[in-house]
Amino acid sequence: MSDRPLTKNIDLARGPLSLRDYEAAGGYRGAKSVAGLHPNEVLERVKESGLKGRGGAGFPTGLKWSFVPQGPESEQQKYLVVNADEMEPGTFKDRLLMEGDPHLLIEGMIIAAYTIGANKAFIFLRGEYVLAEKRLARAIAEAKEAGHLGTNLFGTGYDLDIVLHTSAGRYICGEETALLNALEGKRANPRAKPPFPQVSGLWGKPTIVNNVETLCNLPGILANGVEWYQSLGSGGDYGTKMFGVSGRVKKPGCWELPFGVSIREVIEGHAGGMQEGYSLKAFLPGGGSTDFLTPEHLDTPLTYSAIGELGSRLATGTMILLDDKTCPVGMIGNLMRFFAHESCGFCTPCRDGLPWVDAIFRDLECGKGSAKDIAILHDHVGYMGPGKTFCALAPGATAPLGSGLKLFAEEFEQHLVHGACPYL
Amino acid sequence: MAKITVDGQCYEVDPANNLLQECLSQGLDLPYFCWHPCMGSVGACRQCAVKQYRDEDDKTGTLVMACMTPVTDGAILSIEDDQAKAFRAGVIEGLMTSHPHDCPVCEEGGECHLQDMTLMSGHNYRRFDKRKVTHRNQDLGPFLNHEMNRCITCYRCVRFYNDYAGGKDLSAQASHHHTYFGRFEAGTLESEFSGNLAEVCPTGVFTDKPFSEHYARKWDLEAAPAVCTGCAIGCNTSPGERYGSLRRIVNRYHSDINGYFLCDRGRFGAHYVNSDFRLRSAKDSSGMTLSSEEASIAFARDTQKRLIGIGSPRASVEANFALRRLVGEDNFYAGFSDSDYEAMQVLLNSLQDQDFNCPSLKQVESADAVLIIGEDVTNTAPRMALSLRQSVRVAAYELADKARIPQWQDAAVREIAQETRSPLCIFATGATRLDDVATLRLNASREDLLEAAEALFVRLSGDSPHYREGVTGRTMQAVEETYAALLAAKKPLIISGVHAGVEAMRLASNIAKRLAKIRESSCDLVLLAAEHNSVGHALLLEEKNSLGSAFNRLKDEGCDGLIVIENDLYNRAPTSIVQAALKSVDTCIVIDQIETPTARHASLVLPSTSFVESANVLVNYEGRAQLSFQLSPCPESLKPVERWLNVEGSESTESLIRRCSTELAPFSELDKCLPHPSSVVPGAKFPRMSHRASGRTAMNADRNVHEGKQTLDDNSVMSFSMEGIQPLRDATVLGSSWAPQWNSNQSISKFQNEVNGALKQRNSEIHLITRNSHLDYYPSYSRTEGQSDEHKYLLQAVQQIFGSDELSARSKPVQSRMSDCYIAFNVESAKQLGATTGDSIELQDTGVELTLVVRADVPDGVALVYPGSSATGLSVNRFDLPKAAQLSRLDKANSEYGLGVSSLVVDDRVDVEVTTGAIL
Amino acid sequence: MSENKLMKNSVITTSLSRELTAAEISEIEHEISLYPDKRAVGLEALKIVQRHQGWVSDESMRAISNYLDIPVADLEGVATFFNLIYRRPVGKKVILFCDSVSCWVMGCDRIKQKITDQLGIDYGETTSDGEYTLIPVPCLGDCDKAPVMMIGEEMHRHLDEEGIESLFRNAAVNKSGGDS
Ligand SMILES: Cc1cc2nc3c(=O)[nH]c(=O)nc-3n(C[C@H](O)[C@H](O)[C@H](O)COP(=O)(O)O)c2cc1C
Ligand code: SF4
Ligand code: FES
Repeated sequence: MSDRPLTKNIDLARGPLSLRDYEAAGGYRGAKSVAGLHPNEVLERVKESGLKGRGGAGFPTGLKWSFVPQGPESEQQKYLVVNADEMEPGTFKDRLLMEGDPHLLIEGMIIAAYTIGANKAFIFLRGEYVLAEKRLARAIAEAKEAGHLGTNLFGTGYDLDIVLHTSAGRYICGEETALLNALEGKRANPRAKPPFPQVSGLWGKPTIVNNVETLCNLPGILANGVEWYQSLGSGGDYGTKMFGVSGRVKKPGCWELPFGVSIREVIEGHAGGMQEGYSLKAFLPGGGSTDFLTPEHLDTPLTYSAIGELGSRLATGTMILLDDKTCPVGMIGNLMRFFAHESCGFCTPCRDGLPWVDAIFRDLECGKGSAKDIAILHDHVGYMGPGKTFCALAPGATAPLGSGLKLFAEEFEQHLVHGACPYL
Repeated sequence: MAKITVDGQCYEVDPANNLLQECLSQGLDLPYFCWHPCMGSVGACRQCAVKQYRDEDDKTGTLVMACMTPVTDGAILSIEDDQAKAFRAGVIEGLMTSHPHDCPVCEEGGECHLQDMTLMSGHNYRRFDKRKVTHRNQDLGPFLNHEMNRCITCYRCVRFYNDYAGGKDLSAQASHHHTYFGRFEAGTLESEFSGNLAEVCPTGVFTDKPFSEHYARKWDLEAAPAVCTGCAIGCNTSPGERYGSLRRIVNRYHSDINGYFLCDRGRFGAHYVNSDFRLRSAKDSSGMTLSSEEASIAFARDTQKRLIGIGSPRASVEANFALRRLVGEDNFYAGFSDSDYEAMQVLLNSLQDQDFNCPSLKQVESADAVLIIGEDVTNTAPRMALSLRQSVRVAAYELADKARIPQWQDAAVREIAQETRSPLCIFATGATRLDDVATLRLNASREDLLEAAEALFVRLSGDSPHYREGVTGRTMQAVEETYAALLAAKKPLIISGVHAGVEAMRLASNIAKRLAKIRESSCDLVLLAAEHNSVGHALLLEEKNSLGSAFNRLKDEGCDGLIVIENDLYNRAPTSIVQAALKSVDTCIVIDQIETPTARHASLVLPSTSFVESANVLVNYEGRAQLSFQLSPCPESLKPVERWLNVEGSESTESLIRRCSTELAPFSELDKCLPHPSSVVPGAKFPRMSHRASGRTAMNADRNVHEGKQTLDDNSVMSFSMEGIQPLRDATVLGSSWAPQWNSNQSISKFQNEVNGALKQRNSEIHLITRNSHLDYYPSYSRTEGQSDEHKYLLQAVQQIFGSDELSARSKPVQSRMSDCYIAFNVESAKQLGATTGDSIELQDTGVELTLVVRADVPDGVALVYPGSSATGLSVNRFDLPKAAQLSRLDKANSEYGLGVSSLVVDDRVDVEVTTGAIL
Repeated sequence: MSENKLMKNSVITTSLSRELTAAEISEIEHEISLYPDKRAVGLEALKIVQRHQGWVSDESMRAISNYLDIPVADLEGVATFFNLIYRRPVGKKVILFCDSVSCWVMGCDRIKQKITDQLGIDYGETTSDGEYTLIPVPCLGDCDKAPVMMIGEEMHRHLDEEGIESLFRNAAVNKSGGDS
């Protein structure tokens, strides 16, 4: 049993395994194993495994599934949706999984769909992932051909159809309710919660939205058992996680590692440490909408709770490093421009706050900023915080902004004093 | 009931609602934008944030959006909390970042919800010094201006226009802070409810275009409560006036009728009062202008003769009553066509019948199955069509209830409902504007519809219905489905009306009566009258006194002449008959507000006041008598009809109303529509002018620098002044709504018992008709004529929202949406006749030529004829049309285009390619 | 028949529709078969048409609107929401240039400047020979190979100025021709 259940089949040099090779490597064992189980039993296993969503929020997957109304009285049409919109800045883990081993995702989908009783599943793939689209399409076709998709899967009498939907580039589509609107052919504004998608989702029907990586965990759990799964990982989080590093390191990349490895091990070990002449100044631990951490945190284990205790979030687990030669104000400004552009325009603080923040950063950059501007940035950290906006996009933006303002107060000040970016 | 605590105060509130609505119901000032009292919550603007505390020990609390938070018993809240206040100020600051500094030139200024909320939220210093986002505007047609730079992206416009009113040509476009609300390209907004955008938009993006052509600030407008004269619904309006001219109409909330919305005929049609079509002075037969005194003398002389009177459904109760008194009840005749009069009798019967309930628009909205027989509601009583559009959502609310989604969660309710709709079954000839929400459409000729309705009645009676030979399976299926829908409903509603014809109304009554019997309780039945006082007029008539009998009197019995009030007889009978009748007498006195073909034949023409210059009582389709107040001083040359008639008691509207209620049984309660004396402080009057009116003393300074005396108004509880009872306190009359800090129409919540509830000041109205009879079924319908000559087309007159109403057709903005008279048939027929839209079609043997509009959904063998409006000169008299006619294409394009034929609100026009030359 | 007079009351309605091609229709039909509601495939239809036509013109908008029975205003709302639907003509190849955080840290600004210098186009512009349009794109999800960009369907990774120079060498010739 591999200790890298997500990536054991991935070899970028040779491309993804065909269905036959995937099965030869033990694939679809997990999916087949659910054939003998009642959906509730599968649900129990997933709950027991302690699997948490890898889309960012880390919500327990089994618990989420359990909110789907079941029983004869409930709505019979249900949907499973795979969130493959990966657009979080600095995040490149789902691309790897889909390009590297598409059958793993399909197998995970079969398990999830069977458990919640969905006969139809959509993969919501970001439009730019052309290679992933091709590989997924081929894998789906293979699976259909083999009878792993379609009607009466593995003799259970259960049917499943998978539709690959490619989007057209909007970060907000990754927000699960905005994603549902986009799938329905509407503008991708998020929806109010409650009602949650589990109750009223796609076309008003009960729907589960899960991240690619989340679903890729399922085949292993089902095939190898909960005990095995829990033996991977430590520190309260089970299994493995895709961790990535980008920035000025020697070997940027993405690796599957058990929960609980230290940040240092990832950055200095797997990523080879900083490039010559650069040193680590700070980093975002889990993509663009997490709070900055600094080298003093390098020995923290990578678990949801440990990173949470530092005031940041593990989120997507893909770290973005800031080195000593790069302007922190510029980096935050870059993120702010991203968020301002990707705001859907539905709620006021995000729609009108982020462009203001962005404009201030542009001014700061060219030395036109003022102390008043810095004060306004501080105001916006509160103004766009959690609960105040309609969805979590803007609060995500406040994470690097708020922590950056504190951490790099000096650099901000220098921009004012210098009348220009001191790093130029 | 639930108890909540807001800033230490305890309130009893309705747990079915959200916190924002309940705070407003309690009179608290809590700012908001995207929430709308009758469109619910979406949580977009974030302006309504309040602090909510878990329990009494919770000192920090969390910010919640009041509009998205359900009321829970025991909830502890704070509006005044510093953090909540700071956040709300921040939201306004954000909204204002790109908002232009153009309040001084913005039509919304002074009644702008954004201005109000900006002040209320305490954002008064602009910190934003970056570049603003700017947009291009679109030309949206004759009704609305578009100034996108003022947009605060609350999404109310598209929510109203698309979700609520079913519009299709307005959308939210682009995204982030470039979000844009407009059409795909410049062009007239198609929805017949587009004007509401001016009121729904909390700032000045959509503003009233005719108003801005002749603009005044809200505070400079005199206002009075009025009732719309556009159709029989009787929506409440608040007209605004300055310098003696009507500037605009805005909605006046009535909880049971129009709520917050008007149709565009009502909003823009009233401009006829300023138009050149108005009669402004008295004239004799030679067209010579007479002074008021001369006219009165001439009138007194004429009334020595033996005259008969013809009343009018568009004249007020008092006007009709005064004429009846003047000429005597036996000589007072119907101002309806004979067929309409017969239909009105069915309508009056239905209002008295205990088996029926005639629902208000609010009740219409809660009907869970509707059948419309033959009446094109959008074009005859537009506001009701908007209510019907809501009725189909009853099923959605049921689904939402099941999923425990509160009704005010607007987007969520729509999402879970998807296409689920309560039954709306439409039996109509041709497409209707409600087809998109109809669950069943039976599209057939009038006779076929009636036959289907009869079959439905038989089906409801438990018999197996007799389907005529040749009735298609589609019709049978429609009948069966309608039957099932009506039987399954908790609150079924049957609708027909005068335009659908007397047979349709009888069948509607029969069906509703049968349902009442089955359900063992009354059934909702709407029979729509045609005009704003049809019911009031009909109630004054002796049954035998039809218009036909009046014409006979004029011909045979040697009476000396007639008096016609506010009526164009050419709209009521065939041309030849009217002409003959008018020729047969020397004396023909016409009293009217507008120049009509009838007035052109008069020996004496007297100009009467419009709803602006005098008070009047109008009775709507429900039998609800409503008082419409006088708005502006009456110019000397004009008089209300009743004052020209100078009958006893007509010194004031009020005295005439009292006289009417003492003298005539059906009107015994009429005086109750007057403001109740006990609720009016004696001697105190309600100002028509706002207390902030500017330039009042300088208004006439170009002519005389001395401040003139205010015009006195002894007739009314209102005064032409800015002094008097503040509208908020003690008012029983609500001219326009204003409250401290609430200058916009959103102030209405301050006048409601609770949000969406009745007005605190009550309405100046009374239900006239008591239900005290149990009438029998009407005899069953059977087709009168056989299948017509197969070469002939059945001609069927149709109505148009813009044009069919005599008064609004004389309003300039409405005229720019009107069509010429036209004939319409389907593509098959067009191909057969080798004709295409714009061609001239002749009705053989009649000499009538009409422009063709090819429409997709006209049934085979039927040609729809829109008679046009006499206001444009290009019209035909619908009573001159035969029942059926052979058609042919004339070898010329109709050169006489006036308005064209493009502006149908139901756009099922199709383009057909035809090679010229008939292929007959 | 006088068209002008017919249109007298309405404010200009200009844009016409076109016929969708058989290929477009068959692809759209395939998408429709996958969804419970044909109005869901508005975005797919826009993408299909864009794949065939290069961009989505007003005429195409109307054609899709008619075909799917989606009001053209709503379709415009969708088309203008998404980054990758082009409502204006673009070059034969669209350069999606990632300027998000990882690429920025790795110096994408300089690369962008290099492209601009070499092709003579800034964001939103098309080279005079109609070959390339340059558009910024939010994080392309290839951050470990930053800076990156996508030309057509092809990823270009680990960008540096020399790489750009050689990549667009031929285009540069065109550009100087077009600029004169
Ligand atoms: C602005 C925004 C963008 C998001 N983008 C993504 C994304 O690209 N991929 C993803 O899986 N989840 C994304 N999420 C999280 C999803 O909303 C959702 O929580 C997740 O798909 C649930 O899957 P999980 O339970 O498997 O983690 C995003 C959330 C927000 C607020
Ligand atoms: S925070 Fe608001 S505007 Fe921003 S993306 Fe979410 S809903 Fe849209
Ligand atoms: S009114 Fe509550 S969010 Fe807009």
